[in-house]
Amino acid sequence: MSEPVIHVVGLTKRFDETLAVDHIDFTVERGVTAALLGGNGAGKTTTISMLLGLLLPSEGSVLVFGADMQSDRYRVLPRMNFSSPYVELPHRLTVSENLRVYGALYGVPNVRARIGTLARDLQLTEFLDRKTGNLSAGQKTRVALAKALINEPELLLLDEPTVSLDPDTGDWVRGYLETYRERTGATILLASHNMGEVERLCSQVLMLRKGRIVDSGSPQALVDRYGRDTLEEVFLDIARGKPRAAAE
Amino acid sequence: MSAAVGFSPRRVGAMVLRHLFLLRGSWPRAFELVYWPTLTMVLWGFTSQFLVTNSSWVARAGGVLIYAVLLWEVMFRGQLGVAFSFLEEMWSRNLGHLFVSPLRPYEWVLSLLAMSFIRVMLGILPAALLAIPLYHYSIFTLGLPLIGFFTLLLVMGWAVGLAIIALILRHGLGAENLAWVAIFVLSPISGIYYPISVLPHWLQWIAWCFPTAYVFEGMRAVLFQNEVRLDYLVAAFGLDAVYVAIGALILLWSFRRARRTGALLQMGE
Repeated sequence: MSEPVIHVVGLTKRFDETLAVDHIDFTVERGVTAALLGGNGAGKTTTISMLLGLLLPSEGSVLVFGADMQSDRYRVLPRMNFSSPYVELPHRLTVSENLRVYGALYGVPNVRARIGTLARDLQLTEFLDRKTGNLSAGQKTRVALAKALINEPELLLLDEPTVSLDPDTGDWVRGYLETYRERTGATILLASHNMGEVERLCSQVLMLRKGRIVDSGSPQALVDRYGRDTLEEVFLDIARGKPRAAAE
Repeated sequence: MSAAVGFSPRRVGAMVLRHLFLLRGSWPRAFELVYWPTLTMVLWGFTSQFLVTNSSWVARAGGVLIYAVLLWEVMFRGQLGVAFSFLEEMWSRNLGHLFVSPLRPYEWVLSLLAMSFIRVMLGILPAALLAIPLYHYSIFTLGLPLIGFFTLLLVMGWAVGLAIIALILRHGLGAENLAWVAIFVLSPISGIYYPISVLPHWLQWIAWCFPTAYVFEGMRAVLFQNEVRLDYLVAAFGLDAVYVAIGALILLWSFRRARRTGALLQMGE
């Protein structure tokens, strides 16, 4: 079996007295779309930040493509990318300028051609010369996705990729991510509390509560395990600390 | 994709391009670069013209005040150039994207220094050139030592700028006003407009601990005695090396701390 793309062991993050992530372990295999699912404050964004090496763990280790993200992250960062509604692109640069800068940072060969391809795929062509700050929320999300795909990453980390989007745009983004994974064989890890999104995109779900992984499996396996009809009901059971049906 | 291992001039260039795009797309930003140095030069130009006929000290070297103010602007603008390029990233909440890209912290710092140099040249050069037709004072008459004075003050500005970035990383945007004011603590003890010898004796000891005192005394030695004080240049160079090393170390410590606290992801307006 090939080495997992993400290998997390005993990962823990404390902020003073607050335990944000509490000794979590998981792996994500190549080509899988996985989700960190949990309510507000469950530790999703903190976990993703540690996976990126942006945040140092208090304990434990993160290996991405076999590289330790505390000490060796620059070896693998060109193969990854990231998008989050909490991190923005410079508002006063045009879409094209932002993508050129990030294309150069990621060492993308022939960056203009790559921007052209992404602009066509993500329906950004007419916005390329507009200031990023003047775009609508949906347009900004597509630009953020274009930045996240500028280096055609093998691992894509997405923090709440469709939050604040209208249902139509959200559906479009999900469709695009499905197509991207099928075309490139990329691994995607997303943090979300959108059940429909997770059910549609993910074959592996890690349920987080108060910084701990309280359950994991495929969406259907979780639904069956909790004796529920939907993942949303499972989410509510877990969020409210109810035990799984199989254990009852 | 190209390997991320090792230094990449392309990534440094990308960050410089990012700030040049910003300047190109915002004429008030570009105008502000030129506005203050020029205005200050005009003000001190008239003051010099008045003092040339009323002060025997200034009369001995008429351009001394204009050259002093232009050189001080090199340090001030050099520091602002570093700090503001960083603040632009914070204001746009872009730090998270930058530091999950292959951009190394030292490449990022090099890009800040490069932008600082560009900003200084864009700001100071027009003012220096304008002083020639307006007042018939040319800072270029300082000759080769001007390159030394310029470099030494720019590097000291960088050292202060790096320390200010570290403080903003540590304390958030609440500390951003430091970018404007912090460097002025050095102005009374730098001997910009007067010799260090006019300071109280105990303050002279402190003044000689900073490269600025050597630069401005060195400038006056060129103008008044027509003498290049190599000992001043060497001392200022040594002190610059110490201060820029301190600034870089404080920044590295602050960056490491920001990775521990999650500040890189959270910072912004």
